[in-house]
Amino acid sequence: MTTKREKTVKWGEEPKIGWVEAMYLPAVMSGVATAVRHAFSGKPMTRQYPDVEPEIPPNYRGVHRLNRDEAGRVKCVACYMCQTACPANCIEIIAAPAPKDDPHWKDRDKYPATFTIDELRCIYCGMCEEACPVDAIELTSIYDLTGLSREEMVFDKEKLLSVFDKTVQSGKDPVRTNRGVLGPASEEAQSAKQGPPPPGRGRHG
Amino acid sequence: MDLYQTLTEMWPSLWPTLAAIGVILAFVPVLGLYMTFIERKLAAYVQDRIGPNRVGPFGLFQAIADGIKIFLKEQIIPDHVYTFIYFVAPTISLMTAMFALVVMPFGPVPVDYQEGFRFVVAPGIDIGILFMFAISSLSAYGIILGGWASNNKYSLYGAIRSCAQFISYEIPLGLSIIGVIAISGSLNLEKIVAAQGGSIWDWNVFWQPLAFIVFFTSALAETNRLPFDLPECEQELVGGFHTEYGGIKFVLFFLAEYTHIVTVSFLTALLFLGGWHFPGLTGPVDGSLGGMLLRTFVLVAKVGGVVAFIMLLRWALPRFRFDQLMGLAWKGLIPLGLINLVLVAIVLTLELPKHLLAGTALLLFVAAVFSSYQLQRSMNQTVNARALNNGVRGVSA
Ligand code: SF4
Ligand code: SF4
Repeated sequence: MTTKREKTVKWGEEPKIGWVEAMYLPAVMSGVATAVRHAFSGKPMTRQYPDVEPEIPPNYRGVHRLNRDEAGRVKCVACYMCQTACPANCIEIIAAPAPKDDPHWKDRDKYPATFTIDELRCIYCGMCEEACPVDAIELTSIYDLTGLSREEMVFDKEKLLSVFDKTVQSGKDPVRTNRGVLGPASEEAQSAKQGPPPPGRGRHG
Repeated sequence: MDLYQTLTEMWPSLWPTLAAIGVILAFVPVLGLYMTFIERKLAAYVQDRIGPNRVGPFGLFQAIADGIKIFLKEQIIPDHVYTFIYFVAPTISLMTAMFALVVMPFGPVPVDYQEGFRFVVAPGIDIGILFMFAISSLSAYGIILGGWASNNKYSLYGAIRSCAQFISYEIPLGLSIIGVIAISGSLNLEKIVAAQGGSIWDWNVFWQPLAFIVFFTSALAETNRLPFDLPECEQELVGGFHTEYGGIKFVLFFLAEYTHIVTVSFLTALLFLGGWHFPGLTGPVDGSLGGMLLRTFVLVAKVGGVVAFIMLLRWALPRFRFDQLMGLAWKGLIPLGLINLVLVAIVLTLELPKHLLAGTALLLFVAAVFSSYQLQRSMNQTVNARALNNGVRGVSA
């Protein structure tokens, strides 16, 4: 069969049916046979979710956490990079000068007085952790985020730090984590004190 | 004569009927619920899943949980429906479906109806199968009224489809059983079963395979099951005729559908698969309890097999397009049914051995498919040649 057709148009061909297939019955029976074969294969693909939790890959983008530095302080230097980068506009930071008279904070200039992320507005794109110069914010592999109110889902600094503690305790660090020195912005200050950062720890290492 | 006296006089013939009605009334809803469960499980297994397994062991109480949930649901009546018809439609649907069970033997019934419990509500109805077809076709009313009363395009469209489908598939359904009736010499279901009481080769399916194929296909269409579930296909029609129905009203439609499946499976087992007969379990029904139970078991097992097959078909076949559906009935099943009928008539009139039928019927089936296939091809070629002249794209051969 030849028909005139335009060169630029791609025609899909109807599959040709032989007369045996036109009888329907063999095809029906082979279909049923496939169904029966699967029914008795005994290898269900089901994952019994709440009972058996899935293995989430460590580069998953789930709930955020705010990392701590070695001294246990919030690593964030309140540079607003993440807030600027966030396409969903869900990060809100209020910066404050670090309390210089407190010996605990004497090597830091600035820190976030408040740091909130609206987890309901977040689209989990990971831009914030890409933007952060000191690897202070990271997305963890916690995926089952639930809450009873909208207010509850706006995570403040304490909550984000507790996510850090939780993931560190359970050993579910994201693969991107650096958890060492503060990152390129603070590397000079650090290396002056401690020498070069150990190699092979994260993407800046 | 007062009522009490009449009742006492009628009692010996009344109680078996009441008992049988009780059995049907008790079993149909439970059966409906559990068929949904079995269907979900089977679907899950076919699709390599586990299926419902949360309520009770193996999820066995899922059906009950579903039932409770659906009874407790809020009764929503949309503003735009014709209220009276809206409420009547599901009732008609279920009522007709249950009505058809009146003449259905759900266990062995001896041809000489003795006193006592029997496995049928109305034994010895001489137009049994006619009654059944007549009543179960009425269930189209439920669907059509439901679709109409919903006052909704999708529902109405589903109803119209089902109407057309019913009209088309009644014909091959009727044609296919005429052969069976002609050989059994009776419209009485019990007698039709008794006629298959010899060896396994007396089962109608073995010497009327063509009738069996036609019957089963059209019966599937009558139940609105996949691959013929156009009245309710979700992708095109939202929910079809029951789009506007929820809660208990939806359940009535649902039960009606499953009752239909049971009816069709029973009919298949009774008409073609030898009813309660099985190799080693042949001959007329004796009254002994053990024999009765065994036969009931055989019948129920056959019915279960047919039901399982219907459910498997759902996951094996895609849905027909509407024109294909009509084409199958009018261009496929009706001619085949007629051919089969002529064959049976010839064999009966010339008193040829009836097992001649099986081979000839199948041969004719293949020949019919082959010739119609060739015809279709040559027709397509003509169409394409014409299309080529006009510069449009034709159909492929
Ligand atoms: S993951 Fe994306 S959307 Fe969410 S806070 Fe970070 S930058 Fe904003
Ligand atoms: S980009 Fe990093 S350091 Fe800067 S405000 Fe955000 S979390 Fe803090």
